[in-house]
Amino acid sequence: MTENSWRQLGLTDSEYEKIVNQMGREPNLVELNMYSVMWSEHCSYKHSRSSLRLFPTDGPRVVQGPGENAGVVDIGDGWAAVFKIESHNHPSAVEPYQGAATGVGGILRDIFTMGARPVAFLNSLRFGNLEDARGRYLFDGVVAGIGGYGNCVGIPTVAGEIYFEPCYQGNPLVNAMCVGVMPLERLVLGKASGEGNLLLLVGARTGRDGIHGVTFASEELSEASEERRPAVQVGDPFMGKLLLEATLETIEKNLVAGVQDLGGAGLTCALTETASRAGSGVEIDLEKVPLREEGMHPFEILTSESQERMLLIVEPDKLEAVEEVFKRWELKPAVLGRVTGDGMVVAKYRGEEVVRVPAASVAGGSPLYEPEAKEPEYYARLSRFDPSSLLVSDDYGDILLKLLSAPDIASKEWVWRRYDYMVRTCTVQGPGGDSAVIRLRETGKGLAMTVDGNGRYCYLDPYLGGMLAVAEATRNLSCTGAEPVGITDCLNFGNPEKPGIFWQFRRCVEGMAEACRVLEAPVVGGNVSFYNEVEGEAIYPTPVVGAVGLLEDYKKQGAAFFSSEEDIICLLGSDQISLGGSQYLKTMHSKTAGKPANIDLLFEKRLQVMLRRLISENLINSAHDLSDGGLAVALAECCMPGNYGAEIELELQKDPVNELFGEGPSRVLLSVSANLYGEVENLCSEAALPLQKLGKTGGQALIINSGDDIIIKLTLSEMSKAYKEVFTCIME
Amino acid sequence: MKFAVIVFPGSNCDLDAYHLVQDILNEPVEYIRHDTDSIGDADLVIIPGGFSYGDYLRSGAIARFSRIMPAVTEFAQSGGLVLGICNGFQVLTEAGLLPGALIRNRHLQFRCGQVYLRVENNSTPFTFTATRSDILKIPIAHGDGSYYVPPEKLQEIEDNGQVLFRYVNSSGEVTDEANPNGSINNIAGVCNKSGNVAGLMPHPERAGERILGSEDGLVIFKSVINYFGKKGVGAGD
Repeated sequence: MTENSWRQLGLTDSEYEKIVNQMGREPNLVELNMYSVMWSEHCSYKHSRSSLRLFPTDGPRVVQGPGENAGVVDIGDGWAAVFKIESHNHPSAVEPYQGAATGVGGILRDIFTMGARPVAFLNSLRFGNLEDARGRYLFDGVVAGIGGYGNCVGIPTVAGEIYFEPCYQGNPLVNAMCVGVMPLERLVLGKASGEGNLLLLVGARTGRDGIHGVTFASEELSEASEERRPAVQVGDPFMGKLLLEATLETIEKNLVAGVQDLGGAGLTCALTETASRAGSGVEIDLEKVPLREEGMHPFEILTSESQERMLLIVEPDKLEAVEEVFKRWELKPAVLGRVTGDGMVVAKYRGEEVVRVPAASVAGGSPLYEPEAKEPEYYARLSRFDPSSLLVSDDYGDILLKLLSAPDIASKEWVWRRYDYMVRTCTVQGPGGDSAVIRLRETGKGLAMTVDGNGRYCYLDPYLGGMLAVAEATRNLSCTGAEPVGITDCLNFGNPEKPGIFWQFRRCVEGMAEACRVLEAPVVGGNVSFYNEVEGEAIYPTPVVGAVGLLEDYKKQGAAFFSSEEDIICLLGSDQISLGGSQYLKTMHSKTAGKPANIDLLFEKRLQVMLRRLISENLINSAHDLSDGGLAVALAECCMPGNYGAEIELELQKDPVNELFGEGPSRVLLSVSANLYGEVENLCSEAALPLQKLGKTGGQALIINSGDDIIIKLTLSEMSKAYKEVFTCIME
Repeated sequence: MKFAVIVFPGSNCDLDAYHLVQDILNEPVEYIRHDTDSIGDADLVIIPGGFSYGDYLRSGAIARFSRIMPAVTEFAQSGGLVLGICNGFQVLTEAGLLPGALIRNRHLQFRCGQVYLRVENNSTPFTFTATRSDILKIPIAHGDGSYYVPPEKLQEIEDNGQVLFRYVNSSGEVTDEANPNGSINNIAGVCNKSGNVAGLMPHPERAGERILGSEDGLVIFKSVINYFGKKGVGAGD
């Protein structure tokens, strides 16, 4: 081996030395390729593992925390929810349709690999400026790819979030989440256990696509990234659907001892991880792998990321039954080899042994880095920014219309009408609200789900931003009445080898961990995506939180929007708000600066408990979280869907812009029937939660008065026009 | 009355049709796989939505050659009731059991959401408990849903009353804005000449419960059940 061989494969000199030490000899080229993909940042988490330990991963409902294909949470009645979020940023940056489609396909396999029936997809997306043709191309392609895969496999795409910032221009974020359910006893793990058991590969043939996809995911993007297009895989959702049905059938019939999907790092990852989890070894014959093309080198077979493939571990006497099931789905498994007991992954090719590596070393022996963290220069400077120094317009109605038509806030119907969000007829709350709700036919319960992240907040204050992301996600669940049962996170950051970036990462994780602890939302799985940089410019630190909550009775879900006339509108929660990092600053002043409002996590927790109580006792008609654009935008959002106007009385003091458009956590807009208001007021006061009466629903306009002045008066149709037509105008 | 739901590789609304019949209509229902050659003793065959064979080549083009299809064709030709929903509609046109073809939506995008349909003919087994010009709120979810027939055939199916449903706005008017995919004459669903085979792009099986947004799809299934009940006691068809 020469220095060039490992450096070209993304390994450092000291990493190579470590490999030689762990193997007790120099690796051959095939083995070196296996180490290279498994010790990439994407697979080994070498820069993030020590920070991820900060997350609370335990709880009374947690059945399986991080480390498996997906997290598993007990949701009662013998049932479990299984979920995970994962990034597919780099592939989507060079080939948006396939990048996004295979992101969806990959996360789907993670869920059914565990034995769960996938029931919903969610996604969190970030793009650059839509005025730019490439920005529109990426946006359109990603949306088409998500729909193309999800619609075809028949799993509804029920919720998501999308933001646009120049920092994502060349490096969009595509985070896909999948949620599944299953009877608890059906849980299967990705372990190659039982010496003598057979290793079966089933699904698509193996080709040259996606070779070194994970190494590509572990480097910064540049002009040369276009040349990485062959590292992007191509999805076949029909094959994905067949695999899903056939795999679940073998699990239901108790025919498999272990299951692992082939994703990043392909066969190498599946073999080394299943062997290392079980403490076993495996031995395979590479010639048994069904290939798509001739002349593939053993290292290509071992690192190909061809999609729609599964590895099954099967007892020999069940082979026939497994083959029978797959045959029904027009698939034929290939027996690659068997489980051994010596801890080694051994591969033969044309009668020769081409690989003999210790499974634990390849899968888990990578170095653990504690990168240097240093507060970046911009942080203190931007923190000092005082929004009150800006000249402001007092045409608040105009500001509201501009905010409603800002792409970050505007209705995303243009996007979600391209996703089948209803298939399976279990979507009892679809896209457009605070959370989606999926019912469980089998138990009558409901699962609420949401994805949330705010890169601007995290950029301005990563610790606070991390807390805010967890708080908002769980609050969104509570707005439907659901109790959070667990979260999965996708941590999108720049290059962790830069001290400023690692500082952002570390602080975000610390903030998220603290919020998870207080709000009792354990982290059961997730994904880290580093190196989101183009030509050295990093994205905003963007942790995305996928949260899942449980509703005891899906019929008792809370609504997000006004649903009748003469209801009392009130604001529950904190009065801590700020224009720092707000949509107002971004939209009206093109600025991302200042300090976001602080959060009191214990207060947040009380608020969420109260929300769930108000909903389960049927005391309120709607609850909507105040988020981007503050109170005024939340009021408009509550009015438009059901076509109910509102008349609001405020006592605006010296800073009306802040009061109308300032943002802060722990605030929820409620609508309450007049005869129940007294009871709601009592409960909130007992819990020491401020409740401010704002006005009443009714009419065909949103009217906001301050004293004797009408400060905003907009008809529902004016607002809807601003809110709904943006993307059609930009994109068509 | 016994319902059968055909399952092709890639069908994905089979479950929705099955649950609607079993849980909401409380009628017996069974799945029939594509690789068998009999529909058993079913009284109504539903060809469900989804992406049979991935919609590769052309929506419905491969499914029509599957092993179960001769039995479906024979059943249809002998007067049995067959309902194709979405991909099922595409399969029935590909199989020649229904006139016309479904082509790519005119805006080239997949489209999911509630639409309004007007009942154009209430004398078929699928619509006879509805009133003519009833407006039904039923969702769509498709990429290849633009209905097309050549002009002379169009005239024929219109004259024969084979157009069952048309896309309309919420007030029941046939407008271009109300047409979600570019279908000719806003046609959303048709039947064959004798009225026993019907297909539509919208999903009535998704409109069977208020909590899902609409119960308007039930009228189609209840029509069939009523029709069958009457036929069963000799009320004639």
